Order: sequence, then C-alpha cells, then structure tokens
Amino acid sequence: MTNKLFFWMPEQASNFAESLDFGLGVYFVIAALVLAGVTFTLVLFTSKYLRRHPDQLAKAQITHNTKLEILWSVIPLLVFMGLFAWGVKGFIHMRVAPNDALPINVVAQKWSWTFIYPEGASEPELVLPLNKPVKLIMTSRDVIHSFYIPAFRVKQDALPNRYTTLWFTPTKIGTYNLFCAEYCGTQHSGMIRKVKVVEESEYIAWVTEKANSTAGLSPVDLGKSVFGKKGCAACHSVDGAAGIGPTLKGRFEHKVALANGSEVIADAEYIRESIMEPNAKIVKGFAGAMPSYKGQLSDTEMDGLIAYFQTLK
Amino acid sequence: MSTSNINYLQEKKGLLSWLFTVDHKRIGLMYLGGVTLAFLLGGIFALLIRLELFSPGSQFVQPDRYNSLFTLHGVIMVFLFIIPAIPGALGNFILPIQLGASDVAFPKLNLTSFYLWFIGLCIALATLIMGNLDGGWTFYAPYTISGNKAVVWAVFAAFILGFSSILTGLNFVVTVHKLRAPGQSWFKLPLFIWALYATALVQVIATPVVGITLVLLIMENILKIGIFDPALGGDPVLFQHFFWFYSHPAVYIMILPAFGVISEIIPTFSRRNIFGYKIIAFSSVAIAVIGFLVWGHHMFVSGQSTVASTAFAFLTFLVGVPTAIKVFNWLATLYKGSIELKTPMLYALIFLFLFTIGGLTGITLGILSVDVHLHDTYFVVAHFHYVMMGGTVMGFLAGVHYWWPKMTGRMYSETWGKIGAFTVFAGFNLTFMPQFIMGTLGMPRRYNDYVPEYEIFHKLSSIGAGILGIGLFIALFYLIASLFNGKKAEQNPWGSKTLEWEEAASPPVTHNFTTQPVITHGPYEYGVEVKA
Repeated sequence: MTNKLFFWMPEQASNFAESLDFGLGVYFVIAALVLAGVTFTLVLFTSKYLRRHPDQLAKAQITHNTKLEILWSVIPLLVFMGLFAWGVKGFIHMRVAPNDALPINVVAQKWSWTFIYPEGASEPELVLPLNKPVKLIMTSRDVIHSFYIPAFRVKQDALPNRYTTLWFTPTKIGTYNLFCAEYCGTQHSGMIRKVKVVEESEYIAWVTEKANSTAGLSPVDLGKSVFGKKGCAACHSVDGAAGIGPTLKGRFEHKVALANGSEVIADAEYIRESIMEPNAKIVKGFAGAMPSYKGQLSDTEMDGLIAYFQTLK
Repeated sequence: MSTSNINYLQEKKGLLSWLFTVDHKRIGLMYLGGVTLAFLLGGIFALLIRLELFSPGSQFVQPDRYNSLFTLHGVIMVFLFIIPAIPGALGNFILPIQLGASDVAFPKLNLTSFYLWFIGLCIALATLIMGNLDGGWTFYAPYTISGNKAVVWAVFAAFILGFSSILTGLNFVVTVHKLRAPGQSWFKLPLFIWALYATALVQVIATPVVGITLVLLIMENILKIGIFDPALGGDPVLFQHFFWFYSHPAVYIMILPAFGVISEIIPTFSRRNIFGYKIIAFSSVAIAVIGFLVWGHHMFVSGQSTVASTAFAFLTFLVGVPTAIKVFNWLATLYKGSIELKTPMLYALIFLFLFTIGGLTGITLGILSVDVHLHDTYFVVAHFHYVMMGGTVMGFLAGVHYWWPKMTGRMYSETWGKIGAFTVFAGFNLTFMPQFIMGTLGMPRRYNDYVPEYEIFHKLSSIGAGILGIGLFIALFYLIASLFNGKKAEQNPWGSKTLEWEEAASPPVTHNFTTQPVITHGPYEYGVEVKA
C-alpha cells in the first residue's frame, strides 16, 4: 500500500498505472471544482432569492445571455475534447503490444483460468516476470468472462470462439487480485485469483519446473495434477461435498441416475464421454453447465484422470 | 359551470369503471399505482442485495439466489419502473391537460399499453417461481442461451413491455402534433411536453430494435438458430451491439422526462421565466438524436475495434455538452427569482446536485483509457444510480409531489415531505458515494462475495441503503395518508402558469376543461417585482 498515489486508487503495479492515475486525478479535481461551483451557486441563489413574503415576485426575468451561454457551451466542449484526446492516447497505448512481449495464452471457463506459458507449462496460476512486457492472448471455453487486474489498470473480455489480447508490463514485485468482471454464473465472484510478480530469474525457474513437472509422474499423480490445473475442482468435489457438479467420490464404476430418467454405470467410457461431451448424459439433479474439454487433454492426461477417479473411493 | 363540480374520480364508481376506463387521468393513476408497486418490489430486492453484501462471504442467500436478486432488481427497475414511471404516470395525466386537450389522441391504445405493462409485470413475477433467473437485466449471450426457462420468460416480459412503451410513445407524438390548444405554438409548449415528445420519438424508433433482439434471443434458446451462440457459429458481441442500440437510447427514455419535470418545477417555485427555453427544448432533442449513436461506449473492452471505440467515445462527449447546458440553464433560472422551498422544489434541487455528480462521473467513464479500468466495477453501478435514481427517481418524486394536489385533490404534509426529502438525500449519498470509491479500487459488480479490503465501503453502502429505504417509506406513508386526511387542494396552490393549474380544477373534471382553453401567454410568464 506504500505505492498508492491516491487513496481511492489501487496499488500502481504496471506501466499504465501512473499516467492513468495522474490524469484521472486531474479530472477528479476539475469535476470537484465543477460540482463545488454548481453547489455554491445553487445554495447562494436559493438563500439570496428566497421568498420572504407570499406575494413576492422575481426581481428580474432574465431569459438569455448570449455571451454566458456561449461560454458555458464552449468551455465544457473544450474540456471534453481534451479528455477525449487524452483517453484515446492512453487507450491506443494499451491496445498495441510491443513486439518483444512475452506471449501467454489465457483460457477462461466457468469458473477458472488456465494460463499457458511459452515454455510449455499450463497452470491455473499467473506468475509474471518483473519489468517484462507481457501479452495475453485470451479466449473462453463457454460464456463471456472478463480478465481484470485492478493494480495493473487492465481489463479485457475473453470471448468464446475468438481471441482477444491485452498487454502490460508489471512494474512491482508482489501479489495482486485477478477478477472476472463479466457476469458468468454461480461462481462469478469465485473466479478471483492471485497474480504473482517475481524477479525474472525466479519466473524462469518456476516456469521451467512447471513445464517439466508432469514428466515421470504415475498416472494417478498425473490425473490429480490435471484435475487441479484444469479447474475441475471449482465444481466437482473429491470428498463427497455438494457442488455445482456431482462429486467424484465413490462414483467410479457405480450406478448413476441420469436427468433423463435412465441409469448408467460410471465406467471409464462414461467418464471419457462426460469430459468430451459434458451434456450427453447429465447426472440427475444437475444443470448441464460444464464446457467440453475436447482438444484440451492428451490421451495420457485422460488416462491419468480416469486412474485418479478410481482412487476416490 | 354547473357540471364542473363532478371530477374525474367521482364521475363513475366501482372497480370496472377503472379497469375499462379510457380516461388518461385514470390510466395515469393506475400507472402511478403500478410503477410504485414495481419500485417497491425492486427496492426490496435492492435492500436484500445490500443486506447480503453487508459482510464478505455468504450471509443468508446462496450465490444462485443472489444472482437472481440482482437480475430481478435490474429487470424490474428498468423495464417495469423507470421507463414507464414518468411518461406512464405523470405524462399520461398531465400531457393532455397541458395541451388543453380532453384526452390523448388514442385513448383505447393508451389503456392497451397499460395492460401490456401489466402482462409484462405478471410474466416477470412468474419467473420467480420458474427457477433461477439470472444473467442480469442486460441478458448477455451466450450466458442467456443455455435454455434457462426463467431467462426466456423474463426476456419475453421485456419484449411485451417494449410494446407498452412503443404505444405510449406513439400516442404522445400524435397527441402533441394534433391536439394542442388554439394559440399553443411549439414554443409555447411547457418544457415537460418537449421532454416527453423527445422521449416518445426515442421510444418509437429504438424500442422495436430491442424487440427484434429479444425475439432472436428467445429463438436462439428454443430453436438454436446460431445468431448469437458461438458454438453454432454465432457472434455474442452482436447481441451486445443490438442490445445497446436500444438500451443506450433507453437511458434517455429514462432521464429526459425527468428533465421535463425539473423544467416545470424550477420556474414555478422561483416565479421565473425559464432561462433559455429554446436551448432546453432543443437540447432534449439533440440528446435524443446523439443518444442513438453512442451505444458502443458500453463495449470498450468487449473486443470491439479500437476505431469504433474511439468514435463512440467522441460522440459520448458530444452528448455531454447539451446535458451540461441544461444544468446551467436550470441554475440560471434561480437567479433573481422568488424561491420557495416546497417539497417539489427541494427534490428538484436535490436532482440538480445528484445529477451533476452523475453527469461528471459519466464523463469519467467516457475517457477510453479510464473506462478500461472502471468498466463493470461499482464505479459504473454508482454512476448510473446517480443518474437513474439521483436523476430520474428524484425527478419522479419531485413531479409526484408537484402534481399530487392536481391528481388527487389533496395536499400532503409539507413537514413530512421535507423530512422525507432530507432522509432520501442523506441515504442516497451514503449508499452510492462509497460505491464510487470501491469501484475505482477495483470492486467488480454482480459479485455475491468480495475480498475483505472492500468491506468498509460495502458496510457504509448497506447502511445508506437502509436510510434511503426509510426515507422512501416516509414518502409513501404521508402521501397515502394525505388521501384520507389531507387538506383539500386549491386549483393552483403553487401559483403556476401552465394550463393544468390555471384552467383545470383540482382534481380535473372528466374532460379536463369545461370550455376549450385558448393560449395567450407562454408557460413561464411570471411578473417582476415593482419597487414601490
């Protein structure tokens, strides 16, 4: 909180923050002066021209003053044009990423984020190197989400079937809130994550470790790791607790009642189908809210998940 | 003058005489009762929201229920309350009388639009028992095309309500063109008429677009036609364009009538001819026209092209100019007047203060780079409540108090009126001022839970909402009480110069006037004190 220029703004932790806060601060001063002016005039006129006896008429009936009217039209227009120009300048700066920016893919879904790093790691966590421009290439698996880090002053909607981009340079070591800013259902406010900004060397060590972390894992451990990374836990518990989706505890090779009234055995094929085509056979009592994971899991990862579910007795 | 003693309330009795009435005054009163009920419901949902947000975590409603609450609050307040409030209740009652007419141009159509509103209300309320309505009043696809029955029906309700709004608009346009009294040229019209006229044009032109959009959304849900659904090759951003093409002009449908009310009240209680009559009239029209071209400012971070965003931002600033001019004109009207601080005037002055804040923070959001940070945060929530509630609702309350003696023939308690106004003012600012701060600090909207650093602002806001609620209940109680024990109203208790006060009784007779009024002076021609 030491880096806060204004108490009403979040920490300044990206290259955009300082100039934005300054400009906005200037505008707030202008706005406060206008409001003070309007309020002062209102109170002054009201008290000065208050009716003292019931038959009192107005002291004058002034309905025009060309000079004054031009003044109070042109001055706001000029101020507005100034603000417009400053806003466009800042906006274009935000829209055009430098060529050497570190590209990270972001996949949003109900209700988790996946970050795919150029080094090959695919993680639910966003870790960023200090003072390196970063370009996020975003998409969504289901509905519209919005990627928002207040401390960086950046926001961009993530849309299904489309890429949107966003860039910034983190300028301060620390952890910051990442919010979803577009309404996306039950756990909309639960899509909060922490973004970590670290020294570049620390970032490289972390991302390399994560990229290689799945090598040599047993199928069960791999499945457990995929379960965590792909955001499954947002809806499915592994301990029998109720959630948005059915729990996975004691599910495997047991009978499951479906929404259409039939029953199936939750065998390996049912699990595979439910991950690829989640709406094909919906469990009774649940809405079909899960996005498809088609094209997102390798065969080994799928095998790992199934192996992991078997252990959840 | 022999028959003139029987007013429109006494002429016929019984429930059926109300249900089948084509009298614009009775329809106006039915709207007043209806929108008040909608406001009460929407307000209760708002209080439940604020109660849940008093502390982080889940207090008494689960996330799904919370999401349903904010959606219902929005749908009810926007489509059932604020759009029909001033035109439906005050406009219906006052517009024909201010024109010197005996009714609107199409009285039966007028009743039809009331019943469409009522059907819309019934459907919207029926979604309460259909399951979990969510997605917000904006119904963004693809979230809303998952086949949720409650959402489909809520969208259908909005579709029906759109027709209610179109018919009211159509009626007012024709009425203003065709039924003005002899001598009432366009520039002798009261500014309330100008404002309703500009609003009516927007209602007629913009509302069909949202009608089509909502039908497409319903078809997408039922038939899966692939217009908005990305899984079928559709474009969800297209929905946003369609939706805001109506819903931004709709913002002016909501606020312009309030401008009209304020333009009546300030001259009356200042005994002043309004400063810059033509400017105020034309700026209403200018706002209505430019208002059609700014919808993209809701979509700066949606993936819309940078060029489009730049153009929309530019036009947004342009629409700010006539709005600012209006505020200066109202202020200038106070100058050298004879000001009396009755309750309607108090609400009008509260409007000026709150609306100025709403306008200034709207400019904040028009700055492209700033909007990236503030979009979909509580700053936006606070901004549009300052405009919609601080503006339109204060204008509505001002108007209800101003025309209450005319509509009911009774005077309300001035003391309680003032107590209510001060409570509303204090509660309103305590509710929404902290929301500006937590919004700039990054608190996103539509969250049922939040991180602890925002707690203090949520607490203040919730306390404010309680005070605001008390203020509004005070107003409800003394207004209803006045029907039973209020002093009988004179024909023109405020000494106003417009037709409804000068020529029509309080309450008016069924056909408003016993003889056709002829207009000989402007609506705000007050005299000047002559020094003895």
